[in-house]
Amino acid sequence: MTEGLDSVEVVSPVARLQGAATGDRIFRTLLTLAALAIPTLLGFLVYELWKGSQPAIGKFGFDFLATSTWDPVADKFGALPLIFGTLLSSLIALVIAVPLSVGVAIFLTEFAPGPLRRPVAFVVELLAAIPSVVYGLWGIFFLIPLLRTTLFPFLQNTLGFLPLFSGTIYGNSMLAAGIILAIMIMPYIMSVTREVLATVPGSQREAALALGATRWEAAWTAVVPYARSGIVGAIILGLGRALGETMAVTMLIGNRHEIATSLFAPGYTMAAAIANEFTEASTDMHFAALAYVALVLFAVTVVVNALARLLIWKVSKGRASGGAAL
Amino acid sequence: MRGQWRRWKSRIMVGLLVLAAVLAVLPLLLILGTLVVKGAGSINLGFFTRMPVPAGETGGGVAHAIVGTLMIVGTACLIGLPIGIGAGIFAAEWPASRIGVATRFIADVLNGTPSIVVGVFAWTWIVAKQGHFSGLAGSAALAVLMVPMVMRTTEEMIKLVPNSLREAALALGYPRWRTSLQVVVRTCLPGIVTGALLAVARIAGETAPLLFTALGSQYMSSNIQQPMAALPLVVFTYATGPYPEWHRLAWATALVLIIVVLVLSIAARLATRSRFDGPR
Repeated sequence: MTEGLDSVEVVSPVARLQGAATGDRIFRTLLTLAALAIPTLLGFLVYELWKGSQPAIGKFGFDFLATSTWDPVADKFGALPLIFGTLLSSLIALVIAVPLSVGVAIFLTEFAPGPLRRPVAFVVELLAAIPSVVYGLWGIFFLIPLLRTTLFPFLQNTLGFLPLFSGTIYGNSMLAAGIILAIMIMPYIMSVTREVLATVPGSQREAALALGATRWEAAWTAVVPYARSGIVGAIILGLGRALGETMAVTMLIGNRHEIATSLFAPGYTMAAAIANEFTEASTDMHFAALAYVALVLFAVTVVVNALARLLIWKVSKGRASGGAAL
Repeated sequence: MRGQWRRWKSRIMVGLLVLAAVLAVLPLLLILGTLVVKGAGSINLGFFTRMPVPAGETGGGVAHAIVGTLMIVGTACLIGLPIGIGAGIFAAEWPASRIGVATRFIADVLNGTPSIVVGVFAWTWIVAKQGHFSGLAGSAALAVLMVPMVMRTTEEMIKLVPNSLREAALALGYPRWRTSLQVVVRTCLPGIVTGALLAVARIAGETAPLLFTALGSQYMSSNIQQPMAALPLVVFTYATGPYPEWHRLAWATALVLIIVVLVLSIAARLATRSRFDGPR
């Protein structure tokens, strides 16, 4: 056994160096294996999804993405309503979450009194820790009954002339899913925006204030533009989360394979379709179609996330990572 | 005149920002409040120690799901922690190496991967090949989610250790591996443990990757090769089922789940904060 420096037995320096070199080699090999496991895992994941979806890719090709029939009995599958639902629910989520979370981030970095900053950020970030299925439960028994008696009728009465807000009010709907998604992605957008704003040099602020700007003008015209691409990155990161969110959406969106113009009507998303149908799929083609959906979803989120990381890195030069919300 | 308006505009906008902050804090309070009101009444000793009863009867507990979650998450940790921590040490020790850069980027990609996609992957990888659902497949899916998270936090924590410590150990003739493990990693061990706790808190609440791997079960099972119950699966099944009794149990289970998750993540956040940020 080597005892290093406090060893009393006499070991020749050469032997000790050789021992160290062997130890280093083993150490480096083990760590390299662990590090290589991650790219291997990703490659394996892509390969398995690709292989699993082969029958569907072969049969439907890219038409899969543009047709709307979803008929497991006739083995005909088209994912357009799923893609539409995924994009629309995420868009609703962004429309609600972006002003709120960017607003909170600006408030916390520019205006909030010191003792208030961390508790508020902490509480909002805790939203990211709540499991998706708990959001779903809360949505079914609290949010949807609330929306059905208050917000939905209000929207229909005031904006009912728009096709978006017309038609029968169901509880489980595209809009309900969008609202729950908004709550779920808020912590990510807020947390990264706050980190990005914190990297803006104080001189930006001071210069604007010295020129006679009000505090709001200083924040809005000098600080926010400086961090713009980082904020866009934060928003895209939130979009990535919304696109792949599964349980809460599955429990609230109504799960119907169709494209409806009304936001009060049920819809479906890619993730929700996989969650609902995978255990019930009976034919090989049904499995393949769902694996194809998973592959498309994976590809979309990879592109969206890579874009977000790039933008955040550009502004903060590696200083903001969104770590607090992870 | 103009200055007056600009001052008012500033006040109005700040008012709106305050409103945004209030609205952003509201959901957490509402969710926690509803959970406590609807769930707390159903939590008693029987809830933790008893098995589910047939639909229609009252009473029953979630002992099977507690055991299931512990086994599935425990196995996921056994697989995921060594790989995640090892890769994190590698990325911090050789940050500019080609493997380091690639692994870091790919870990970020995997971090953003929807958990349902990882579930499909675990299904084709393990369930389809074995021919049956199993808790082990669920553990594998959770481990895949865990590895990139653990890797990134480990790396961040190691990067916080001053380089002078490393140099001092090397100058004293310590071999690189002992410098790494006994000096650098030991210094930031609390941080690494915190990162691991956060990852555990995250995967303990995951439902989507377990839907078609662990599947869920009504029976107590300690065989990881068989379908297993888990707390998040219980919440999902009971919440979407038709019986009021199920809904009652769903609330109680969700409350237990959220207490575990919040305690883990609050403890982890407070620990890292006091250690590395200092009071601000």
